[in-house]
Amino acid sequence: MATHEFAAQESHAHAAPQGFVRKWVFSLDHKVIGLQYYFLALAAVFVGMFLSLLMRIHLIWPTLALPLLGDIKPETYLTLVTMHGTIMVFFVLTTAPQGGFGNYFLPIQIGAPDMAFPVLNMLSFWTTLLGFIVMIAAFFVAGGAPLHGWTGYAPLSAIQSTGPGEGLGADLWIISIAIFCIGALMGALNFITTTLDMRAKGMTMMRLPLTVWAWFVTAILGLLAFGVLLSAGILLLMDRNLGTSFFVPLVTINGQLTGHKGGSPLLWQHLFWFFGHPEVYIAILPAMGMCSQLLSVFSRKPIFGYKAMVYAILGIGFLGFMVWGHHMFMSGMSPYTAFAFSIMTMGIGVPSAIKTFNWLGTLMRGRIRFTSPMLFAIGFVSLFVSGGISGPFLAQPVLDIQLHDTYFVPAHFHLIMGVASIFGIFAATYYWFPKMFGRMMNESMARWHFWFSFIGTYAIFMPMHYLGMAGMPRRYSQLTEVTYLHGLIPLQKFITYAAFVTIAGQLIFLVNLFWSMFKGKQASDNPWEATTLEWTTATPPPHDNFGGHTPVVHNGPYEYSVPGAPRDYVMQSDPEIGPAH
Amino acid sequence: MASFSTTATVEDPRVSLGDGGILPPTRGGGGDDSGPGLPDYATRLRRARLGLLVALTPVLMLFVSFTSAYIVRQGLPTLDPRTNTLVRDWIPVTLPRLLLINTGVLILSSVFIELARRQIKDQAALRPITARPRISAGDQMRIPWLSMTLVLGLAFLLGQWTAWRQLAANGFYVATTPSSSFVYLLTGTHAIHLMGGVLALFVAGIASHLRRSAATRSIVVDLTAWYWHFMAALWIYILCLLKFAS
Repeated sequence: MATHEFAAQESHAHAAPQGFVRKWVFSLDHKVIGLQYYFLALAAVFVGMFLSLLMRIHLIWPTLALPLLGDIKPETYLTLVTMHGTIMVFFVLTTAPQGGFGNYFLPIQIGAPDMAFPVLNMLSFWTTLLGFIVMIAAFFVAGGAPLHGWTGYAPLSAIQSTGPGEGLGADLWIISIAIFCIGALMGALNFITTTLDMRAKGMTMMRLPLTVWAWFVTAILGLLAFGVLLSAGILLLMDRNLGTSFFVPLVTINGQLTGHKGGSPLLWQHLFWFFGHPEVYIAILPAMGMCSQLLSVFSRKPIFGYKAMVYAILGIGFLGFMVWGHHMFMSGMSPYTAFAFSIMTMGIGVPSAIKTFNWLGTLMRGRIRFTSPMLFAIGFVSLFVSGGISGPFLAQPVLDIQLHDTYFVPAHFHLIMGVASIFGIFAATYYWFPKMFGRMMNESMARWHFWFSFIGTYAIFMPMHYLGMAGMPRRYSQLTEVTYLHGLIPLQKFITYAAFVTIAGQLIFLVNLFWSMFKGKQASDNPWEATTLEWTTATPPPHDNFGGHTPVVHNGPYEYSVPGAPRDYVMQSDPEIGPAH
Repeated sequence: MASFSTTATVEDPRVSLGDGGILPPTRGGGGDDSGPGLPDYATRLRRARLGLLVALTPVLMLFVSFTSAYIVRQGLPTLDPRTNTLVRDWIPVTLPRLLLINTGVLILSSVFIELARRQIKDQAALRPITARPRISAGDQMRIPWLSMTLVLGLAFLLGQWTAWRQLAANGFYVATTPSSSFVYLLTGTHAIHLMGGVLALFVAGIASHLRRSAATRSIVVDLTAWYWHFMAALWIYILCLLKFAS
């Protein structure tokens, strides 16, 4: 057993809570808050998945009346699209990787006893939960949930009489997102301050695990992006409820003037996408960090090009703010502006390719352990490449105009932003479950879950590319009524059947998750033989993370297969190895 | 030059540099001589200031995007359905002169809170000495700068409310013209943020009654002061935007 060096610990900001409410409900402990975020995202993902299932059923059986729900009208279909997208983007893809795993593991991985501001951390979770409750409440108010899409394009979203759901439901939708923004900003504040100010002795920035780099840069992106979305939401609420005209031009509804004039729907799009594109990286960067970590651990090799990976994360974060216009090629944008956005978008391919090749370089000649977290990490790389390869098509205005309103776009962003990120979440769950709950997850069930998810995902989203190239529009609720699309309906049916199977596969994960919490095999402190600081402490970690001590860091985060070392990994707090490493 | 001891606390005046107070943060954790083991007060202050700096970023982004919207909206024409031609609907709002007085009040409050910050910092540093019998810190310590800042802050908010009433009396409501929409939006959002500062002043004011430590009170006032300065600078920016960019 290696000897880890410890320093006297900074006094813990709060004592270990005793009662159930203080320990598990209004907890200040970043680990409990991380779990709260995780289970919130888990609840949200099943809501989002259920909505997508209804959409898929309606697309191939449009006249089918569902139990309890009855007929799905076209406007109901748009409501499902809107709420599916919103819940998945905000309350799953933004919440689980950053709020869940980031909260739990960032302080431990940098050797800190907690987040910098524990009370703020607690408030950020409860604010996010409130946002989710308000979002779900939109289903139950008069008119139901909104139908303006997760992007909330004005003027559809800015006038209450544009359709059912655009009354109180749309107000709740905007308020929910505003609340979410505030919660996310509080979280980002904590992540940045903690990373900059609470690192253990010896934990220099270039010794940070790539997970921490990813959470850190994601927090910076959130800090810059959510404020803009909040401002757009405030303007939208004013247009809807105070009669202003920020986003609404002179329009008539059913032949009646609305009273608005002079506003610009494009202004909304600019503000929204200035947030919206970085949001893509807010969703995917933590997954990149987590999978970088796992590929190194289970290849038993140092990550290929650590510094290049760090600079690539920074490059992706920076360029992420320069490319929002590529979502607006259809808006009548000047070709010169479109050209600039197109070039910048292509530019993101460079750091993305650096990461991809470094992941492959890490795998090459590795002594790969095909554990379930590793399968999902490799699956992530596969999905990232498959989804990313269609990005340069959409980055070109000429092609985007053809493809933009077709199924090609959902195929692209579901692969690269949605499912790739979800695979990152699954990989992280299987990897860190032993540390979080002190037990191992069932490996057989995990493998079944992987193959259901991996094959199912490709079965759903690869055919969508063909549908898009064939010109099938992406927002139609009743494709069976359109003659020229009849030939493509069998492919839609195939996608729906694949969705059934894939979603059924997720139940395996759910069973495994809860079964393993109570019945899983007892985990050791470091079951994966990994090097980062969370594996130096007890399983599950004590309230102050390191039992009254703080580790002193001597090594980088990916010291595997070190020549001359007594075992094939050197932990970060082990005595320093030679400068060659 | 005063020496700086990494073992000092707020109860130990050795940490004070006299003119500059506590050393500002110069580095994060992770270095070989930082991280755990830093003095509690200095660490807390550094961390709190860093947190405030980070927290102000989204506030800045909020107003940057409002500014962007302001400039874009100002240049947009709209269709006149009667003549079927494009016209401009941006009618500049004549700002009430009261806003200038409010500006003076806010700047003065910013000066006062800076004096309060220095006063409380000195009080905290001198606490181990003044706690001894027959030792006084002097009369200058008794000026209630914090309360005076609070009064001026509330006066500013009252002044803003009165300015809105004057705007309304002149026929400029939120939805009258896009320019009036922005006047209410920018001044209102700023006022809401300033209310946060007023709340923090209340907290700082009652901290001593709640038996919070001198260090905690000093940190609260320090943060509130920097936040207040930011709000004052932001207000001057907003006023210039509304006055000169219309």
